[in-house]
Amino acid sequence: MNYFQQGLTWLNDPLNWTNPGGLLDRLGEHLVISSWAVLLGCIVGWPIGIWLGHRGRGGGVVLIVANLTLAIPTLALLTILPLTPLGFGKPPVVVALAVFAVPPLLANAYTGLRQIDPETREAATGMGLSGGQLLRRVELPLSVPYLAAGLRTAAVQVVATAALAAFVNGGGLGEIISAGFGIGMSNGGGGQIVAGGIVVALLALLVEGLLAVAQRLVTPRGLRTTRRRRQVPAAVPAG
Amino acid sequence: MPAWPLAAPADDGPGNPWFSWRYVQDNAGELLTNLEQHASLTARAVIIALIVAVPLAVAAYWIRPLTGPILALSGILYTIPSLALLALVAPAVGTTSDTSVLIALVLYALLVLVRNSLAGLTQVPGEVREAATGMGYGKFGRLWRIELPLALPGVITGLRLATVSTVALVTVGGIIGRGGLGDMILGGFQNNFYKAEIMTASILCVALALVLDLILAGIGRMLTPWTKVRQS
Repeated sequence: MNYFQQGLTWLNDPLNWTNPGGLLDRLGEHLVISSWAVLLGCIVGWPIGIWLGHRGRGGGVVLIVANLTLAIPTLALLTILPLTPLGFGKPPVVVALAVFAVPPLLANAYTGLRQIDPETREAATGMGLSGGQLLRRVELPLSVPYLAAGLRTAAVQVVATAALAAFVNGGGLGEIISAGFGIGMSNGGGGQIVAGGIVVALLALLVEGLLAVAQRLVTPRGLRTTRRRRQVPAAVPAG
Repeated sequence: MPAWPLAAPADDGPGNPWFSWRYVQDNAGELLTNLEQHASLTARAVIIALIVAVPLAVAAYWIRPLTGPILALSGILYTIPSLALLALVAPAVGTTSDTSVLIALVLYALLVLVRNSLAGLTQVPGEVREAATGMGYGKFGRLWRIELPLALPGVITGLRLATVSTVALVTVGGIIGRGGLGDMILGGFQNNFYKAEIMTASILCVALALVLDLILAGIGRMLTPWTKVRQS
């Protein structure tokens, strides 16, 4: 029995795409949930990271936050948050995913501002720039590559983790997989499981590829060569 | 029948508390069994991954043209969501044992370990390597006596990262009922939102990760006493 073949057969049936609750519906849900989560993560992670980086302290806090969230299973947050006043449906899923989007955004924003040559900073201050002007005209432009790298890591991770929302009936492409497991391997669910797996994996790779291109585009040419080595803490599989 | 409540109250009263010692006492057996399963899956995954990762890292270190492909492949595999990987492995391997979960866990742990071991190996200073060669070490002797010990901090960092993330990842195995504490988190959710079960299993999960991390950090300090001196 070749499950991969069955998966392709399942994908080849147009009805599986256009049915209510089919692939297209789920893809839409997946992207909506992911976008909100990344947006929420940016709103929280970037200002804190930029501020800490600007002031030049709190590196320890950033590290602790990043390491601590590693230990929290996504599944735990996904099941706990719907039972809080957030209620059921999409909001708890978005918040849960955003929690895991914050560390890469925060850490990269912090690193981005800290890696700026202190002499550049001094020169800017010497030219009479105030703290706010220094941030807006010097520090932020120079840390754009890092902000972009953080966004890419966070977005890919959120898109990958959003598949887990199916555990709590939160929608998204994971529903295809969990429905397949629901049908059962012996009753022909195997094809659907594999099909769901293929689509989720492809989506994650596609987002990664697109954002890699975008990251290259926003990086000024002069900074591109130094970007070979990522100083980002290694991205960690979404759990 | 009413649909989902729009907003569940923060506390449903005494009937369904977030935490209760009563629950822990009454279900100590089940909790321990799942904790054990969780820890055993984590340990097996990380140990298998370590056994495969170090030779791979050495291969990439010795044969430079292999470095690019190995890192690129690890990057691609890294991007594939855990649930998708499990979905691709489980139908082929079957869900009657935890083998499929183990395979997915090993793959993820492998990538973290290869990258960090390789990073540890490449940061061995060139002078050190030359000095070792000058002292008459062969390729294997140099690797075993000089380069691997010096790469140990990198390997241990990788081991800690891999262990902590594996503990969290095991819960995903709950979709086929092979997720250790993840089974209980999911079970509590499906069993009328049994908060105490969800919370206790989650706390145990985080605690397991932190304890294992501390143990590995301790072992790391014992094995690499020189890093302590350098820091202070």
